[in-house]
Amino acid sequence: MLSRSSARSAQALLRGAKSTPSSVLAPSMTRSLATVQSDIFKPTKYGGKYTVTLIPGDGIGAEVAESVKTVFKADNVPVEWEQIDVSGVETGNKHAEELFRESLASLRRNKLGLKGILHTPVERSGHQSFNVALRQELDIYASIVLIKSIPGYQTRHKDVDLCIIRENTEGEYSGLEHQSVPGVVESLKIITRAKSERIAKFAFSFAMANNRKKVTCIHKANIMKLADGLFRNTFKKVAEDYPSLETGDMIVDNASMQAVSKPQQFDVMVMPNLYGGILSNIGAALVGGPGIIPGCNMGRDIAVFEPGCRHVGLDIQGKDQANPSAMLLSGAMLLRHLGLDDHANRISKAVYDVISEGKFRTRDLGGNASTHEFTRAVLDKMEAAI
Amino acid sequence: MLSSRSFAAPARQCLRQARASPRWVPATVQISARFYSAIPAKDKVAKFNGTKNKDGNYTVTLIEGDGIGPEIAQSVKDIFSAAKVPIVWEPVDVTPQLKDGKTVIPDAAIDSVKKNYVALKGPLATPVGKGHVSLNLTLRRTFNLFANVRPCRSIAGYKTPYDNVDTHLIRENTEGEYSGIEHVVVDGVVQSIKLITKAASERVLRFAFQYAEEIGKNKVRAVHKATIMKMSDGLFLGTAREVSKEFPNVEFDAELLDNTCLKMVTDPLPYNDKVLVMPNLYGDILSDMCAGLIGGLGLTPSGNIGDECSIFEAVHGSAPDIAGKGLANPTALLLSSIMMLRHMGLFDHALKVEKAIFDTLADGKTLTGDLGGKAKTHEYAAAIISKL
Repeated sequence: MLSRSSARSAQALLRGAKSTPSSVLAPSMTRSLATVQSDIFKPTKYGGKYTVTLIPGDGIGAEVAESVKTVFKADNVPVEWEQIDVSGVETGNKHAEELFRESLASLRRNKLGLKGILHTPVERSGHQSFNVALRQELDIYASIVLIKSIPGYQTRHKDVDLCIIRENTEGEYSGLEHQSVPGVVESLKIITRAKSERIAKFAFSFAMANNRKKVTCIHKANIMKLADGLFRNTFKKVAEDYPSLETGDMIVDNASMQAVSKPQQFDVMVMPNLYGGILSNIGAALVGGPGIIPGCNMGRDIAVFEPGCRHVGLDIQGKDQANPSAMLLSGAMLLRHLGLDDHANRISKAVYDVISEGKFRTRDLGGNASTHEFTRAVLDKMEAAI
Repeated sequence: MLSSRSFAAPARQCLRQARASPRWVPATVQISARFYSAIPAKDKVAKFNGTKNKDGNYTVTLIEGDGIGPEIAQSVKDIFSAAKVPIVWEPVDVTPQLKDGKTVIPDAAIDSVKKNYVALKGPLATPVGKGHVSLNLTLRRTFNLFANVRPCRSIAGYKTPYDNVDTHLIRENTEGEYSGIEHVVVDGVVQSIKLITKAASERVLRFAFQYAEEIGKNKVRAVHKATIMKMSDGLFLGTAREVSKEFPNVEFDAELLDNTCLKMVTDPLPYNDKVLVMPNLYGDILSDMCAGLIGGLGLTPSGNIGDECSIFEAVHGSAPDIAGKGLANPTALLLSSIMMLRHMGLFDHALKVEKAIFDTLADGKTLTGDLGGKAKTHEYAAAIISKL
């Protein structure tokens, strides 16, 4: 446990370091660094329906979001969408920033969101990625990525079932960079005890709640002795409060090697920001690609569900080829979060059944079904189940 | 940064060849600026400068290492002498010493590598948690080994979920996330600095293009995360685009780190015709991941390339638990020594020994325990010698 005073000083510093208006941040920040057990929250229902912010995103976003809307509607899910078409693609549209702020406001209001991935152009400088900005602004600090072999869909690896918990708001994605002199750039990686403790607690609570056995901390503390050392030591300290769970730690390069040779050894993994990006992509490749990996970003009181692998898919945009499974399964996670387990189970079972049956698979899974055909097949499966 | 001051001197010398384009004049690095103007462009980065002695042999520094190091080094020595490779070994000790509070390696070892321009190194154990800088890192800094070359090739006879892998990965070795610049801002808040400089990026990128031409692959791909780290990885990427113009015969493209991870693990075959080049941390992770594709660090060679000298090494651990029992697998060190032969221009010998190794592995009769066989280290070496 942190001593009260050190926690407070860290918070004070964080407040100063952030560029967001302190009026918004300060109160939520203090709260959000509290324990995670209390992070289980339920948005309220109005008129028998939940309002959920829907950000389709760029690339394949519009198509797969359409698929989710169709499936939810067919299943009479009590969800009302509040759709905001924010985009990261440079179109000369001056409203991008405005829409982004609107989506933030909407998420703050609804506490719940389903989101595709927003494109981040490399060329545009001085502009932070909307995806990262959104996570930092709303302080949705824990990214959960579920990687599980789909029964009936053969890949090179069998029986993979792991979960990546990734710190979402600091680390390498701090966005703090500067050019000391021309040709010399420094990029800051920030690791704080407060945020490390928060994510470690989240990982352990998640493991307890989901009957997982083992939590592994992924780090590079042999080289980054202070930064990753702090992350690992904080993890170890938190682990003492959870004696029923097995714990371990592994260096990130070894973890990547183990992941492609013996992925079955992993259960819950917790790690700083950048390593999460790397391992979730490696993990996705083990079981069939980003099209089937659901994910979620949890904060103290806001949860945003998005495909776990965060690929925009600009290359297949508008071709009706995208696999909507990741978005559908993320949607099912959202329903479970709301306690609507019946709907969630029906939808996710239908998705898994369609994939394992193999008649309607999208291109990424070696089939040639279109997004619409796949969605149709899911709807048929759900109808047959009733 | 301050702690690496003493290593800066050899670093500057090496900058000579990695000169920048004339448009770019470093504003503060005054000392290296002198070199950019004084020295004409050399034809090649990291050329091997060793010469034969009077018996027609090259001298190579041998760092046997800890744990299983001496056993696997013995296999290399036996096989090389059986294959009549024109090399004499000069064993040195690199047990770290503390000099003025800094971890340094003995002068004798430094002198030997400087004199011979090339070294072969077994695994070294890094004492954990004693405030030691890792010895590997010390070696890299001492000799300014700016590029780490990590080829991974599927081994016939050892089955993994991935077949026909043949990737070549080049990693910047001196800066990036492993700059070693870290500090505690206040209690509980740590900043770690990722340092990307144009000079170092340019040097490793030029080496990558040159390497691609040498091994007959005509594609170079830079791996980056410039969507998030716009300035640092952006600088690396921008430099790559500039350097690529000097190599019109080599195709260049760039890929986001996430995509590379995803695609390589899904199907590594499209990467067989490319050389990947990337900053330090990504290279560290991806090179080990590639090793995982073909069966682990026991089967992959590694070369650390510098302008003055180069060190070829086995990157696996020193395995103290099986040391001295004759159970170790020397393949990684053997393959590294073959990379070394190619670096020294001894292509015929390299091919001959390499073929013997791959044939022995493909036979599958005399394999060491880690590959599911029962052979001892020396039996495996004997099998290779019989194939020569």
